[in-house]
Amino acid sequence: MDEVSILVGGIAGDGINEAGITISRIFGWLGYHIYMYYDYPSLVKGGHNFAIIRAAGHKIGACSDMVDVVLALNQDTFDLHRARWREQTIVIYDRDKVQATGTTQTSGIPLLQVLQEEGGLPVMRNICMIGGLCQALGIPWSVLEGVLRKHIPKFLDANLRVARRGYDAVSNQSTITPLSDPPLPVLIGNQAIGLGLLRSGLQAYVAYPMTPSSSLLEFMARSAQEFGLQVIHPENEIAVMIMALGFAYMGVKTAVGTSGGGFCLMTEGLGLSGQAELPVVVLMGQRTGPSTGLPTYTSQGDLLFIMNAGQGEFPRLIVAPGDAEEAYYWSGVAMNLAWKYQLPSFILSDKILCEGLYSFDSTAAGDPGDEPPTLWSGDGSYQRYRLTESGVSPLAFPPQLGQVIKSNSYTHDENGITTEDAAIARAFADKLQRKEESLARELDGYETVKVYGQGKTALLCWGSNKGVCVEIANKFGLRVIQPLVLSPFPVKAWEAALQGVDRTIVVECNVTGQLSKLLQQKGYNTDYRILKYDGRPFSLEDLEEEVRKVIA
Amino acid sequence: MSTSRLITSAPNQWCPGCGNFGILNTVRSVLEELISEGLPLENVVVVSGIGQHAKMADYLNVNSFYSIHGRTFPAATAIKLSEPDMRVICFAGDGDAYAEGLDHLIFAAKRNIDITAIIHDNRVYGLTTGQYTPTSPFGYKGKSTPAGSREYPFNPLEIALASGATFVARGYPPRAEHFQGLVKDAIRHKGFSMVEVLQVCVSYNNLYDFYEEHVHEVKVTHPSSYEEAAQAIRIWDYNSEGPIPIGKFYQVERPGFEEFSTLDNLQTVDREAKLQETLARLI
Repeated sequence: MDEVSILVGGIAGDGINEAGITISRIFGWLGYHIYMYYDYPSLVKGGHNFAIIRAAGHKIGACSDMVDVVLALNQDTFDLHRARWREQTIVIYDRDKVQATGTTQTSGIPLLQVLQEEGGLPVMRNICMIGGLCQALGIPWSVLEGVLRKHIPKFLDANLRVARRGYDAVSNQSTITPLSDPPLPVLIGNQAIGLGLLRSGLQAYVAYPMTPSSSLLEFMARSAQEFGLQVIHPENEIAVMIMALGFAYMGVKTAVGTSGGGFCLMTEGLGLSGQAELPVVVLMGQRTGPSTGLPTYTSQGDLLFIMNAGQGEFPRLIVAPGDAEEAYYWSGVAMNLAWKYQLPSFILSDKILCEGLYSFDSTAAGDPGDEPPTLWSGDGSYQRYRLTESGVSPLAFPPQLGQVIKSNSYTHDENGITTEDAAIARAFADKLQRKEESLARELDGYETVKVYGQGKTALLCWGSNKGVCVEIANKFGLRVIQPLVLSPFPVKAWEAALQGVDRTIVVECNVTGQLSKLLQQKGYNTDYRILKYDGRPFSLEDLEEEVRKVIA
Repeated sequence: MSTSRLITSAPNQWCPGCGNFGILNTVRSVLEELISEGLPLENVVVVSGIGQHAKMADYLNVNSFYSIHGRTFPAATAIKLSEPDMRVICFAGDGDAYAEGLDHLIFAAKRNIDITAIIHDNRVYGLTTGQYTPTSPFGYKGKSTPAGSREYPFNPLEIALASGATFVARGYPPRAEHFQGLVKDAIRHKGFSMVEVLQVCVSYNNLYDFYEEHVHEVKVTHPSSYEEAAQAIRIWDYNSEGPIPIGKFYQVERPGFEEFSTLDNLQTVDREAKLQETLARLI
């Protein structure tokens, strides 16, 4: 086997996500690239949670519907995913909880008995199952032991005993060949975003918890001491955004994170960021709306909202990374450019990227660096909003001996004093537009549009759909065009990417085709739309079937 | 006034007789005093909301963050966390602090963040030309309540006290010396300090005569006593005639939010090394 998909499922509280991460690390140690999709309803205990871990010899970012191994911690996992079983799918289940009927390729483990005999805790059931998985796939015990020793040091001896029992309870049925690639870190998109922000100088992170952004808040809170980071969880998202702008006024690089509903509250402060030219980076993790929608499921339904959020007209940067490496790099770029141009920048993500688990290759990701903004020279009297050709006024932060630094939400003059003068109002509206032009020029130096393949038919996708699109395009000899920057729209790079294309298919996870609308606004008509809006990501089979219909 | 180094050249737009003048003059005098006592002027930041009061940000020639309606406290909190030496003074109206941004007032007090809140409570919306506010009396006839407000006012000082503010006072600017003392004490207080100001809007709610008749200075015996403070604060409920006590009702010491900051201001952490360590842990 050079590629394998494993489904692990149980109820909330069974540690399904943790099991999936552990399995992913095991494959990471074997030199594989992994991708994991984690599916869970919005509850704390009960329900049906499952993770699909796919491991391959090359970079991946999507799952197949079909799986090679099922680890069933409950009956639902056994019953609800039968359509995913191949003839030779291996099913390992908890003999105490699952009635395994209608199949032969099964191994039951008496988990309750194992835990009792080994002095294990209920949360260790998943570890026992992972032991069984390793034996079934011919993964050396030493690898499993190594991963457990490194990542689950708590109750290590009991975990090892329980894992060993699972390992010994199942027969070997297949062989995973270890690959020669060095093991890569395994992380969720939100961690990649966090690391990218930290790389580019993040000093404060402010957020109110909301799926699927909460795991970034957790990661930042855990990293605060180590990185010298200020992390705040305030009363609501209104305070989140305003605190971020207070930090920005003082020269403290800050990011915030949320999803649709929380961002609605932030739009008020977003306008202040635009008007007062206070930089902030916003992680916007999309989930299915409107309103509370499907809280733990994915969507790409907020692109046009983000493009237009806030009253009045002000520039913004929107980057839409499609995997962990892009999340790292472009989060750093979002921070650098927010400060260089003193405006809000968005990392437009979704549940799939935020919470999906990826192998992370830092060399391939590239280094966004920590770029300094344009600072005041210190000569003469400081003017916070000095009018310049680029639209960018040099920055200075309090305390500044002998200087007064005024930030203002009203239309203001160069000193930051409120004005209602018509000529000044016009000059400052023009200033904001000049900043956008300067930003767009700078972005010409970045790879703002990625192209995969050479075909005359192109799949146009953004964000987390990149992984599935690249794989399917590869299969059919199509081209993939993926804009990484959506605002300011990278017109030149888009033109270049479209050279030789005679048919375009937009692939999006929304019901109205928001990228195609955006493209239309920019003068690019698209030919077909493949849209998915049930909260679930495209599987390889989903997209293959839809693409076949179009190109047949 | 325009000759002061603390006043900008922005033309003043308040109505003649506006209660805001008294606050502006008092703050200017207090800042002059604090500067002469060693406070570096550049360490002062004024944060304002939106309303007639907020023009303080334009008129005072000091660092300022002219925010949006109701949002002074989160901005001020972040400013203080960024640089603990900053002296952060928030000016907010009753619409700002008690309506649009009441949650932020409660949380600023709860955190005991070391900032000062000076609330211009004229008990009417001036900038929007005359509507009732959270502290207008029952039956107040404003433009949005022509038949009279059907809500009783709340007592903002009770809210501040219950939320964790460590300095709670009420002042009346025409009692200039008394008011100046309160403002100065509040700014010097370490922790969240709030001065509720009976500021008069001469155009829409001229209460000068009413306040002159009912206001009286009080001195609580034990400023660190929550019970005494609560008692003094409850003497007037913003609905009845009075008497209306002014003075410092409460002052205690408690660690402020900024004391727990993990911000690495001096950037001493080797970020690249830490990132590599983090990635290694994730293998």
